[in-house]
Amino acid sequence: MQLIRQHKSFLSGLIVPLTSILFGFIFGAILMLAFGYNPILAYQAMIVSVFQSPYFIGEALRQATALTFTGLGFALAFQAGFFNIGIAGQALAGWVSAVWFALAFPDLPRIVLVTLSLIIGLIIGALWASIAGFLRAYFGTSEVIVSIMLNYTALQITNYLIRNVLSESGNSTERVGENANMGFAWLSALTQNSRLNVGFFIAIIVVILYWVFMTKTTAGFEIRAVGLNASASRYAGMSAEKNIILSMFLSGALAGLGGAVHGLGTFGNIFTQGGLPDIGFNGIAVALLGLGNPIGIFFSSILFGVLNIGAGFMPNQAGVPDEMANIVIAAIIFFVGANYIIRYFLDKIAAKKEVTNSASQGGDV
Amino acid sequence: MTTKLRNLFAIGASAMLLAACQGQDASDTGSTGTDDNDSADTTETADFTLGMVTDEGGVDDRSFNQSAWEGMQVWAEDNGYSDDAVAYFQSNDPQEFVPNLNQAVQAGFDIIYGVGFQLTDAVKDVATANPDQHFGIVDSVVEEDNVVSLNFRDNEAAYLVGVAAAHSTQTNKVGFIGGIAGPVIDKFEAGFVEGVKSVDPSIEVDVQYAESFSDAAIGQQIAAGMYSAGADIIYHASGAVGNGVFTEATDRMESGSETELWVIGVDRDQEELGEYDGGNLTLTSSLKGVGTAIQIASNETKDEGFQGGENLIYGLAEDGVGVTEGNMSEEAWTAVQEAQEAIINGDIEVPEAPVAE
Repeated sequence: MQLIRQHKSFLSGLIVPLTSILFGFIFGAILMLAFGYNPILAYQAMIVSVFQSPYFIGEALRQATALTFTGLGFALAFQAGFFNIGIAGQALAGWVSAVWFALAFPDLPRIVLVTLSLIIGLIIGALWASIAGFLRAYFGTSEVIVSIMLNYTALQITNYLIRNVLSESGNSTERVGENANMGFAWLSALTQNSRLNVGFFIAIIVVILYWVFMTKTTAGFEIRAVGLNASASRYAGMSAEKNIILSMFLSGALAGLGGAVHGLGTFGNIFTQGGLPDIGFNGIAVALLGLGNPIGIFFSSILFGVLNIGAGFMPNQAGVPDEMANIVIAAIIFFVGANYIIRYFLDKIAAKKEVTNSASQGGDV
Repeated sequence: MTTKLRNLFAIGASAMLLAACQGQDASDTGSTGTDDNDSADTTETADFTLGMVTDEGGVDDRSFNQSAWEGMQVWAEDNGYSDDAVAYFQSNDPQEFVPNLNQAVQAGFDIIYGVGFQLTDAVKDVATANPDQHFGIVDSVVEEDNVVSLNFRDNEAAYLVGVAAAHSTQTNKVGFIGGIAGPVIDKFEAGFVEGVKSVDPSIEVDVQYAESFSDAAIGQQIAAGMYSAGADIIYHASGAVGNGVFTEATDRMESGSETELWVIGVDRDQEELGEYDGGNLTLTSSLKGVGTAIQIASNETKDEGFQGGENLIYGLAEDGVGVTEGNMSEEAWTAVQEAQEAIINGDIEVPEAPVAE
């Protein structure tokens, strides 16, 4: 956390993630070479195929939309010093409740129904995360363990609801009505019927709101202060309990909103889940790549969207098996996660430079 | 140090540049094949091609998806086509179903199969958006003129393995592990339970669901629980989850289990998964001819035209489902064959959904 703060300059903030990505790509290329695949052909299949077609650009952005929300959600708790690994479960809770609401009130006007459904998803996600926050604040339980457990609880409850309440022993609910449709005709036309929807614009607004909240408001300042030094913040008169619960609540709210947007925008229904939705864990990776910066998170979501959609082209266009494509993606994520190492070396270099500079010029820093 | 790093960046940047240039050239030549919507008449290597999109289990799940893919490969070979005539698109998450189907549409296959009920909505959407493209859906029904639905009477095969289990159990207790509960797996559960009870109603059937088709660890966990609770035969209808069931059973047999444990495989002959030091513990496998059905449907389309809008159902009578003899005793195998006759003759009707308790 402190390391993030130290890098105030925009450029050095940019170098770390870009180097991570570059290393990831290079490592992936070495892996592919080692196993006899052509990395240039593979990366070309991955990147070019996406950018060549408006449809796949749309799909990549659509995936980025959900990741932006979950990424911001994770980053918010992370800034307060908590590792909210329950993003996936909170997103699922948001998804099922938004779809449930949209199915229950199909006749509301479109703008009202979409807004209310998303808000319901947001609230349920927030409440779900608050359980972990509450237990942490008053009983000192680890939010990591509690939120992992809540992930599975959310998964099983969701599947139960789908089978027993939302459908008649089926595997999926009905599609939500036209009034809960988040798509825009012009947006679909622009992207050849991709599922890109209004959620993308909501994501941009939320990115801005997140930035304003964290940097311009007292509540945001307190959350960051608690994350930097909990004892000092308590000494300064900030309530630790309040900030723990608030940060988990907001973190879950963003995750729940992401789940709701993902559910209504991408699928328009919910179906029994074989596992937790991967927007949760990818959101964590996105947040780490974005270094907690909302703009950074937005762009790393887009990178993830492109990588994920692009990886699908590698098997059939470059002959790289699906497993290999996944390993390459994982390698990139690994280097992203290991960006502390890169930052460590960059810091060392910077420190050396500073020493030589001040020695020769007696300069001020 | 600084120069080293700078060099590294330079190398990296030039590599990216190189890759970018490469990309430009190749994409120019490649783009002709991706012109959309006239897929039917732009096939080049083979005159008829098949694509499939897997569900979450993946193409190497050793059961359902793999069976479909193997069937397509056999089909290509039978027709004298090269490997290019068939291709699969793997989905790692439900949100990839639609992009994968669209990728297949772009690539221009003659028929694109969505393998698994999870793809129902995705196939419906993409089929509506591409009315000239032919699709198939396995284990579900999509009522569109350009979609053929392939369904199986899994309950009939499950009934037969239920009979086999009832004739083979020593502990009077057997287990059933389902993937994700729902109409498709209901057929397996209903058939299996009915088959067991038809032989001996006193045999206890422990039914549990993994809520997954891909997580082998959960399969192993449930299997461990069932074996510990006294079941000696487990039938799994859970795709790749079943790999964990086999692992647990072989582990127990190799470490000297007192009772002889068995696993019943699903969808394709899973005998190879039952290999262990002292023999083979795959009692039998219920077969689901996903591959065969795809072959038949594809050949009919090729020769006579597409059976769009139809729901083709494959049961024991059509040889679409079946059982292997596996390691069954003589007595069990005879009983299974008798039951098979009775089902084909219509003397036994196997329920499709479990009886509510």
